[in-house]
Amino acid sequence: MKLTLAKASLIRHRSRTILAVLGVAIAAAMLLDMVMLASGMRESFRQLLMSRGFEIRLAPKGTLPFDTDATIPNVRAVTEVLRGNPDIEMISPVMGASIHIPVGERNVSSAALGIDPSVQGDYELLSGGDVTRADAIVANDYLLEQLGAEIGDTLDVGTGYDPQTRSYTGQRRLVVTGRVRFLYGATQQPGSAMRRETLEGMVGPERRDRASLFMVSLREGSDAEQVRGWIAAQLPNVTAISIATAIAQVDQRLSYFRQLAFILGAVSLFVGFLLVTTLVTVSVNERAGEIAVMRAIGVSRAHVVQQIVIEGVAISMAGAVAGLALGLVTARYLNEILSAFPGLPMAIDFFLFQPRAAWSALGLLVVSGIGAGIYPAWRAASLPIAESLRREAIA
Amino acid sequence: MTGTSIVSLREVKRDYVLGAERVHALQGVTLDVAAGDYVAIAGPSGCGKSTLLNLIGVIDQPTAGTVSVGGRRVDGMSDREATMFRLHSIGFVFQRFYLMPILSALENVALPMAEAKVPARQRIERAAELLDYVGLSSRMNHRPSELSGGEQQRVAIARAIANKPSLVLADEPTGELDAHTGAEIIALFRRLNTDGTTIIVVTHDEELADAAHRQIHMRDGRIVGDAFEV
Repeated sequence: MKLTLAKASLIRHRSRTILAVLGVAIAAAMLLDMVMLASGMRESFRQLLMSRGFEIRLAPKGTLPFDTDATIPNVRAVTEVLRGNPDIEMISPVMGASIHIPVGERNVSSAALGIDPSVQGDYELLSGGDVTRADAIVANDYLLEQLGAEIGDTLDVGTGYDPQTRSYTGQRRLVVTGRVRFLYGATQQPGSAMRRETLEGMVGPERRDRASLFMVSLREGSDAEQVRGWIAAQLPNVTAISIATAIAQVDQRLSYFRQLAFILGAVSLFVGFLLVTTLVTVSVNERAGEIAVMRAIGVSRAHVVQQIVIEGVAISMAGAVAGLALGLVTARYLNEILSAFPGLPMAIDFFLFQPRAAWSALGLLVVSGIGAGIYPAWRAASLPIAESLRREAIA
Repeated sequence: MTGTSIVSLREVKRDYVLGAERVHALQGVTLDVAAGDYVAIAGPSGCGKSTLLNLIGVIDQPTAGTVSVGGRRVDGMSDREATMFRLHSIGFVFQRFYLMPILSALENVALPMAEAKVPARQRIERAAELLDYVGLSSRMNHRPSELSGGEQQRVAIARAIANKPSLVLADEPTGELDAHTGAEIIALFRRLNTDGTTIIVVTHDEELADAAHRQIHMRDGRIVGDAFEV
């Protein structure tokens, strides 16, 4: 009967209830988006780092991978040291450089990675073949579009370019063998990769046997933090970053986002709470006589309270479900806008849907719905029966 | 007075504070109502009739004096005790019917039985019987807005007797009805009383008051006349 009465009470003022549900839905969507934003980028970054199975990255001392132009010298020696640890399964040195390609009268520049294709973890091949030959280069769609090139085309690639004289240095003729997608590449960032020895040959002797980054994968069951500590001890001129430490650094950099998300999420929740409280309080005030009659004919305070709380929870839940759908749509739209931010890896999502986050948002809304119903329910239960009936009669 | 008292009030006072003023709604009322009686309480507006009814119905508490209903002291009862007492022992009929607009006639009558935890099937059967008793068997699935004033008041009477109370209290039950419909309600109260229910009705309606076995007249919070049917 309580459910019937609560449902009927909400249906009685249908348009008001619908507007309240819509209001809660907007607050719920905002809350969900903020919950997704608070943890989404971190989780997305974690998934990205984990995607190719390299648990540790080595960068020049005091830097983050590709944060600066600094490099790690003696690739062979470093590789030998790393091979001395039985927990290390695979070592992938990566060299980073800029390349310049003439296209008619203009120059197209791009980031280039020098890698070993058998152990690389920087890109995935979309079509064509990998850089198995010394004169092979793979490129992302954006670079191919800039060059107007396709698989099979030959390019004159240089590692230096003087715009005054329009002259190129370190030039070599390379054949495009494949289309790739760089995992850490930003939107609209031209990218390419070739064999490390090819790039080394082009950049000149000063950067020979150097790497911008080492990616290290471990054998199953190994303790990444233990290996990281071992590397730090063995190679004092490098910074070893495990996924956990990388995430901790990202966490530190994203603390602004999390605080913003927390504040906006809390505001959304509070707005939803106030909306439901106001609506149910208005409804209770309107029904003061009706509630007094229910009490007079023997309906207990507890049942009146339950009925009012059910109304608050029903509005909150309906709003939460609608808000879930609305939140996912808005998150997708906002994600597209934010992901286009220059310099950010395309694979990073700001708003990552996580069932746990959605359940948390839903749970918070239900709890706030219960909270929102408590004040009007207390008012309803505290109505003096005789006085309310007298007022109703006078009204 | 005949038979055992179902209602007994001793020196009952009820004061209200309205702003800075203290209003003495009842000023030492002593009254006994016998079980099975049909009592009308009449008097001018503001004389304390409804206050007296509210105290007997345990929806208000006296400032002083004692109130007993069905042999139990009801003044000073806790809210929980008073609610249970009203649920099982007292039926209310109001001037404005006060049916739940969102429920059908049948559901309105079943409401107090649901609260008394009568099994669903049993309460629907009894609600249907009661609607038949008040002559509304063909209107049981209608909502209050689809019923006339007289029909709504009959539903309210059926609701009042749903849990078989020994006492029915009615506050101006014909106040919103025309003379013809009012007469039907008066007949229904008579029938109810004949079937054994004690009825106390507060009214301005002379016909309704005349139908009672006993007429109590009040003025300024006091009983000024008490006449039994000869």
